[in-house]
Amino acid sequence: MKTIKHIGLVLFLVGLGIFSLLPLTGSFTLSADNLATVAENQNIRSEVFVQELERKVVGKTFNGLSTFSPTVIKALEDANTQHRKDKEYNKIMYVSPHDMVANLAKVSGEGFLVNNKVLMWFLTFGLGIIGALLFILPDAILLGKKGIKNNGIYHSNSTSRGWIAWLVFVYLITFYLLLYFRPEYAVNWTYTVDPISQWLSGNPAGHWFVYGFMYTTVMTVMAARMYIKYRHNAYQMVRTTSVLFFQIVFAFLIPEIMVRLQMPYYDFKNAFPLDYDFFFQWNLRSLLNSGGIGLFILVWGIVLTLIIVPVMVYFFGKRWYCSWVCGCGGLAETLGDPYRQHSSKSLFSWKVERWLVHGVLVFAVGMTLMTLYSFFTESGTVLGIRTQSVQNTYSLLIGAFFAGVIGTGFYPIFGNRVWCRFGCPLAAYLGFVQRFKSRFRITTNGGQCISCGNCSVYCEQGIDVRAYAQKGENIIRSSCVGCGICSAVCPRGVLKLENGPLKGRINPTDVLLGNDVDLMELMNKKS
Amino acid sequence: MEHIVIIGNGISGITAARHIRKLSDKKITVISNENAYFFSRTALMYVYMGHMKFEHTQPYENWFWKKNRIELLTAYVERVDTENKKLILQNLQEINFDKLIIATGSNPNKFGWPGQDLKGVQGLYSKQDLEMLEANAPNNEVCKRAVIVGGGLIGIEMAEMLRSRDIPVTFLVREDSFWNIVLPKGESQMINEHIREHHIDLQLNTNLETIVSDEHGRVKAVTTDKGETIACNVVGLTAGVSPNINFLKDSGISLGKGVKVNQYLETNIADIYAIGDCAEQHQPKGNRRPVEAVWYTGRMMGEALAQTICGRKTPYNPGHWFNSAKFLDIEYQTYGWVFPEAVKKEYEEHFHWRHPKEKICITIAFHKESRQFLGINTLGIRMRHEIVDRWLTQKRSVESVLEYLKDANFDPEFYSQYEKDIVAHYNNIFGTNINPKKKSWKRIFSKA
Repeated sequence: MKTIKHIGLVLFLVGLGIFSLLPLTGSFTLSADNLATVAENQNIRSEVFVQELERKVVGKTFNGLSTFSPTVIKALEDANTQHRKDKEYNKIMYVSPHDMVANLAKVSGEGFLVNNKVLMWFLTFGLGIIGALLFILPDAILLGKKGIKNNGIYHSNSTSRGWIAWLVFVYLITFYLLLYFRPEYAVNWTYTVDPISQWLSGNPAGHWFVYGFMYTTVMTVMAARMYIKYRHNAYQMVRTTSVLFFQIVFAFLIPEIMVRLQMPYYDFKNAFPLDYDFFFQWNLRSLLNSGGIGLFILVWGIVLTLIIVPVMVYFFGKRWYCSWVCGCGGLAETLGDPYRQHSSKSLFSWKVERWLVHGVLVFAVGMTLMTLYSFFTESGTVLGIRTQSVQNTYSLLIGAFFAGVIGTGFYPIFGNRVWCRFGCPLAAYLGFVQRFKSRFRITTNGGQCISCGNCSVYCEQGIDVRAYAQKGENIIRSSCVGCGICSAVCPRGVLKLENGPLKGRINPTDVLLGNDVDLMELMNKKS
Repeated sequence: MEHIVIIGNGISGITAARHIRKLSDKKITVISNENAYFFSRTALMYVYMGHMKFEHTQPYENWFWKKNRIELLTAYVERVDTENKKLILQNLQEINFDKLIIATGSNPNKFGWPGQDLKGVQGLYSKQDLEMLEANAPNNEVCKRAVIVGGGLIGIEMAEMLRSRDIPVTFLVREDSFWNIVLPKGESQMINEHIREHHIDLQLNTNLETIVSDEHGRVKAVTTDKGETIACNVVGLTAGVSPNINFLKDSGISLGKGVKVNQYLETNIADIYAIGDCAEQHQPKGNRRPVEAVWYTGRMMGEALAQTICGRKTPYNPGHWFNSAKFLDIEYQTYGWVFPEAVKKEYEEHFHWRHPKEKICITIAFHKESRQFLGINTLGIRMRHEIVDRWLTQKRSVESVLEYLKDANFDPEFYSQYEKDIVAHYNNIFGTNINPKKKSWKRIFSKA
């Protein structure tokens, strides 16, 4: 069994190695025809740019993108400068230069990779999946009897902030920076998943398809790990299945199929304000121009945020979204599970959390109000501030850095819910409902707590669960995503996630059940 | 300002300190020589097993003590001078007190076994014991086998710890079944099976005779009363604990097994109190024992004593007995009194149900004639403390308990529920016709 695990690890690392080297390889030749196609698809009106590319790029073969990319970027920037000078504003290209490079590179790739997409898929994703499964599945036997399997977490380098964890940290951050800011280097990856993308949506894959496919794959493989680790716990089994289902079907398959059916790309479970650009002009226009389905999505998106989300939180707590449905939550609960113990439980972190997460919510709502004002009045500014700049700032700081680079990159060191805890505006919104008007609570079982601290250590949201449990108090916290791990790791059966009547949900106590009845009454009736 | 000095920063002493601070502005000093900050002794095992780090066992952040003006002193109290109301520390420093709370906990028992002080022989109680175990048994190359002596809660925890590092463990238990001085037969039996499932060499009816030294004064083997010699590198002595009161010998404070206290937790000397593991009640309540070395009783004594010290004289008056533990993967909870066969009251009858496949069982004790519900043990099923406590107060009949058993289930959502099988089994045995009622939030939250 151990040998199988080792073989799995080697296969996984080989796959990962090939995957990591791909961005640096390949040869690219842009043909005049392809340039014309891209220019047409991208609606490029700048003949200066096209001519420059024809002179410097077309017909030439580039090895890797290290020359290709700067050449295109320079051509684009020079062309834009000239158009600005000549006041030819309709010719300026607002697309990010790196996206432009990616688009051109995508049609220019040639050689082994492009001709052997399936093989290359197998050598990257395939080996990764097989290797990871070989590494994970033997645990079903190796871990022995059903029960909590946290042995050695703080002895293992990778799960206790050792050098492996730091390596993963750097790798993930690099990956996300590349994905968001240098998408042209993801072009080689897109080739490997082209067949899948073609099959689903009929289009070749872009770098976001690679990411979506990878995300779903990683979640699926790591869900297998969850199933094995928590096989004694029915709640974890059901919850993992749910979150996996919503990722595969709602986040991955349905949007792609909708594109095939000429409908707008839309993830039906992605609620505003997590889906922060839902009300952006381009999205509203695209929805309004998409006929019935567009209108349906528009109404659905609004109903989801204003009615479905809070009503569900009232009945079940925010867990129904954050740890049962959400994609960010889904990755955190699968890939992130080995790192859940790293969330900080200090009071200081809690203070930072409240300022930050509510700050982002205010930011998101403010930006959306500006957006809607601009949309209906068709003015580009609100009180002298450019709506577009605010949107760009949000997209960069919150959308890319916080949710992406930090959100996942920080897993190995700061825990798996950094984004959900400190940044997600939807979580902040759900948190209000959960804190003030919800049937959900984690019930503390009378006086049984022995303050061991397993619950606090394994709370991914950094809640000091023990602080409540040892006082006999129920845990009512806006940040709780109801993952259920505190209850699972409790050795004394103290914690239970449940939905019940609002009355008595919050129960501050000084003296716990089991002591003198009179004393309990005296001390606890203050509230 | 009145100066309250507390010796011991375990759960009892710290609870007392916290509650005194809540109720008053008195000066509070807590003395310990074990660790600067309060930590949860019950979690030491998880540090060795790699579930957490030592700092995680500390329930309060380090700034908490200063903020709440609870002074912490790392020192060892050599002697208590009751006449002059002062403590003499090991470094000869003296500390005056107005009121003294003794909360020094326990020490592991040693019964004079030959070789009990050899290197590699240890208990598992203090932070220092944990550090010692880390040194004695870092892995299965240094520690090729460990022998654990004493079939109680700490013994099985220590076995679990060592097994988490794949160290072979032999578990010597004096009784003919694990912990059957507390657990009824069916439950004890199930735990025996579970221990063996975990590849622990459980030797019942077996006593330690001698611990054998190698040439370096380190344990190399033990011999048992079965005539067997077992080679080992570590011996865990886990045959219970006794109050840690040696330093009080000539203080004039009345001692028995522990520090003798009345129901107000007062010793024979005014302004000196004892709580927690080290306190011995003159007259324990009900079926309780004079010395209760249990986490939550220590906490409750601290809660009660703080009231007395702050001017509202309050007896230590525990409610219905309850407790919990975990035997490897099996959680155990008990409420009320379910006695094992050896000490069962003559009026006490048991109903036992065990799952046909899983390691799950329950035992309900009731009065033979009146059918009054006396207590319940569950293994592998969590129970709602509040409900069972209420039933005990209401002196419900066993039939009523079974009828409403679903109200008391505290297992996580989506878990299989066994009440139907349990009640069917009862009906079968006693020829009754009980129908389990559906769980009702209304009943659970009604305070009646």
